[in-house]
Amino acid sequence: MEKELIQLTVNGEKRELAVPAHKLLLDVLREDLGLTGSKRGCDDSSCGACAVMIDGVPMLSCVAIASCYQESSITTVEGIAQPGTLDPVQSGWADAGGSQCGFCSPGFLISAKALLDRNPNPTHEEIRDALSSNLCRCTGYMQIYEAVKLAIERGKAIRAGDRALAERSS
Amino acid sequence: MSASTIIGKSIPLADAPGKVTGKGKYTDDLSVAGMLHGRILHSPHAHARIRSINTSRAEALPGVKAIVTGKDASMPYGVLPIGHDECALSVDKARYIGDNIAAVAATTPEIAEQALRLIEVDYEPLPAYFDPLTSMESKDNWIHDTKPNNIEKEYHHEFGAPEAALASSDFVREERYYAGEINHAAMEPHSTLAIWEPDNRLTVYSSTQVPYYLHRTLGEVCEMPMSQIRVIKPLVGGGFGGKSEVIPLEITAGVLAKKARQAVKITYTREEVFYAHRGRPITIIEMKMGISREGKINTVLARVIQDGGAYCGYGPVTVLYSGALLGAIYDIPNIRYDGYRVLTNKPVCGAMRGHGTVNVRFAFEALLDALAHDVKLDPADVRRINLLKAPCVTVNGLRVTSYGLPECVEKVVERSGWNQKRGKLPYGRGVGIACSHYVSGAANPVTRSNMPHTTVHLKIDRDGAVTLYTGASEIGQGSDTMQIQMIAETLGVNMNRVKIIAADTELTPVDLGSYSSRVTFMAGNACIEAAKNMRAQIYAAVAKRLNCEVAELESRGEEIVSSKNPELKMSFDKAVVAAIDFRGALVASGAYTPPEESRGGKFKGAGVGPSPSYSYSAQVVEVSVDTDTGHVHVHKIVAAHDCGRALNPLAVEGQVIGSVYMGLGQALQEEMVWNNGRLMNPTLLEYRIPTTLETPEIECIIVESNDPEGPFGAKEAGEGSLAATIPAVANAIYDAVGVRINTLPITAEKVLAALQEKKRKSNGNDGGSINGAAR
Repeated sequence: MEKELIQLTVNGEKRELAVPAHKLLLDVLREDLGLTGSKRGCDDSSCGACAVMIDGVPMLSCVAIASCYQESSITTVEGIAQPGTLDPVQSGWADAGGSQCGFCSPGFLISAKALLDRNPNPTHEEIRDALSSNLCRCTGYMQIYEAVKLAIERGKAIRAGDRALAERSS
Repeated sequence: MSASTIIGKSIPLADAPGKVTGKGKYTDDLSVAGMLHGRILHSPHAHARIRSINTSRAEALPGVKAIVTGKDASMPYGVLPIGHDECALSVDKARYIGDNIAAVAATTPEIAEQALRLIEVDYEPLPAYFDPLTSMESKDNWIHDTKPNNIEKEYHHEFGAPEAALASSDFVREERYYAGEINHAAMEPHSTLAIWEPDNRLTVYSSTQVPYYLHRTLGEVCEMPMSQIRVIKPLVGGGFGGKSEVIPLEITAGVLAKKARQAVKITYTREEVFYAHRGRPITIIEMKMGISREGKINTVLARVIQDGGAYCGYGPVTVLYSGALLGAIYDIPNIRYDGYRVLTNKPVCGAMRGHGTVNVRFAFEALLDALAHDVKLDPADVRRINLLKAPCVTVNGLRVTSYGLPECVEKVVERSGWNQKRGKLPYGRGVGIACSHYVSGAANPVTRSNMPHTTVHLKIDRDGAVTLYTGASEIGQGSDTMQIQMIAETLGVNMNRVKIIAADTELTPVDLGSYSSRVTFMAGNACIEAAKNMRAQIYAAVAKRLNCEVAELESRGEEIVSSKNPELKMSFDKAVVAAIDFRGALVASGAYTPPEESRGGKFKGAGVGPSPSYSYSAQVVEVSVDTDTGHVHVHKIVAAHDCGRALNPLAVEGQVIGSVYMGLGQALQEEMVWNNGRLMNPTLLEYRIPTTLETPEIECIIVESNDPEGPFGAKEAGEGSLAATIPAVANAIYDAVGVRINTLPITAEKVLAALQEKKRKSNGNDGGSINGAAR
């Protein structure tokens, strides 16, 4: 199959790849870049497990043609935080039980991270709406809400520079 | 002794860091150099004889490395010893649309797909059966020659004198209920990576709840000794029963790898997941119940027909659970059960969360609610009146050792405002109550073996690290974390000292798998036993060094301390070195086998239903019904669950809320829609599991009955709450608008039709119930 050379900026790094012109972003991430955090859970863009941020907006990588996003900044779950650290949304997820089987977590984390980046203090309704494109079969969503709320508190503490508070709530 | 810092504390799951960073690996995330991609050819016919299969054109396609058909995997298998009726690839007939015919391994997925289209199969279509009622009356063209009338199995159980008790009851009702077919819809599609090793062994990574069963079946079908096969369970993206028996792709990948002498990965599409299925069957329930004027249940009689699909699978177990768990929740002296598992030309049903109990519990709790209205009692009171007097053994031989249902009922009544709301909310809004229960593991294994249900090994070397080797399968329910808690608590060490190596048949001993909510009870107890055996070795050395008695030693806070003289103590690290002394690492084992007295009666089919312990749940649901559209809006669900003891409340709440959520999906919106054996909604867009927008607030209340045999008093938390949600929703709809919907899912169309029907015959006070007759 004929391949073309494309450049993608993924998690802050510019990567050059030879891929078929029609190759989906999800497959490029998983197969060509080894970023298997983004998942395929469905055949029809209905589950949200493949969500990545493209220029800060959560999008489904399973219906995105990779070569169309050469000018964009792509963030996957692996790139939410610096290596060895956790973003508040990740630590909140772990501590509040946001992940059970965890298969949907990368997509949810992208949706939640995108929400909090543009609105650090969302209401419950805003959280619910922002996560409505992601399916979770394990949690019934309650502990996911708790996770986001914990992330909001930790984010606030970090922004306030109040390390002590951040540690108390961690 | 000081209060535990580990038991009863909310502890994040041990594998959470991998899951929130994307670093954790599920099967489809794995690949090895030179790995081939496998694809399976599925039957387009619901029932057809396979006259011939010609693979020569496909084999000639460049990049195709192996093609297998039924003759390459002809050993029939099945999860039950009585149900070895299935081959990974069909040998003689296709028995459902989607049945597995052939498989290809190729260098790319595209080539594999292309090769499938080049395989020529000559089918002779046969008459097919899609409706269980028609199928069980069939005179010929049976799906399996060995199963006359397409009846896989039927059971008839009678305890006490149910007919006589019916005749002497003050109020009797008889209703027919129907539950549509449900799929687990775990977010991870099934995936298997089978690696043919250079030394002619087979290593298989698979998304399975039961590595041991897969291990056994691979050995049989691949005709290899189990010692030459290694099964590893990576992270599993949800099971709910859908990965609790061997799924065709798991064997097919192994057979392809063996033939190609290479690594082969097969991952199902979502559509294939729906056709691989093993979900909750269409169930028809005809139920009669007799109750006294005082609200005492005299008897229940249930005739249950399950549409099992084309192969046996777990079918006989499912239909037995449906009958057995009529008992062990209320005090019912007379029970009759007639259960039929029927074969049809549809994908195979199997175990799904609340296995066998859910649809019958819906019928029971809805019928009881109607009878409560007949006797003019509060439905919560009717449940109080019929409580068991535990500990006890039920009329059908189930031993109840701990029983938190009374407290569950009180808690949900109080928390939901039941007394202020029932029958008192404005028309269109209502509350409903229902209860449910479930086993903490099956007391009798399906393998009909006397080996322990779980064995674990512990190792401590001079570095002081405690390593647990366990076959138990973490599938998201938190079992790894639970086992670490058991070990750390018993040894009195911090949890981060315990490392877990799990579900790898080359390293870990046999555990029967993650199903029927068995892991906390069974692996938990095995871990405690192993840790106690380990502790005994350490104590012996410490007592010698400290010149004290073993009996006075305790483990806590990373120290071994004398209870008589707190000055006498030794750090865990030093104690380990003392115990190891001049020999190798410390090793200890633990195992769990259910006690004999928990294993039930002696009648045919008595083996299914008995459990070492039962969990209990009570729920109140509050709904609004839009009388113009029939739409049901759920405001809130309050669920109280008796889990014995909450080892990790965070995990218990997650399990209970998740169960309620799944029950809610079945109650209102989930159904697999069939048309002549073809699934009309094989996608997550059309098979609609609830999103955040359809999911109301679910509040979990933990009730602790402290089971005498459970690990630190614990029993199951992962399934028992599912079943109560469905009837609680149905009963709430009745409270809101006075109609009873007896078929699942309760769609807006059904509610609207019932409201219109009720309007037409507005003289009755029976609320739309069709066959209900008080006398």
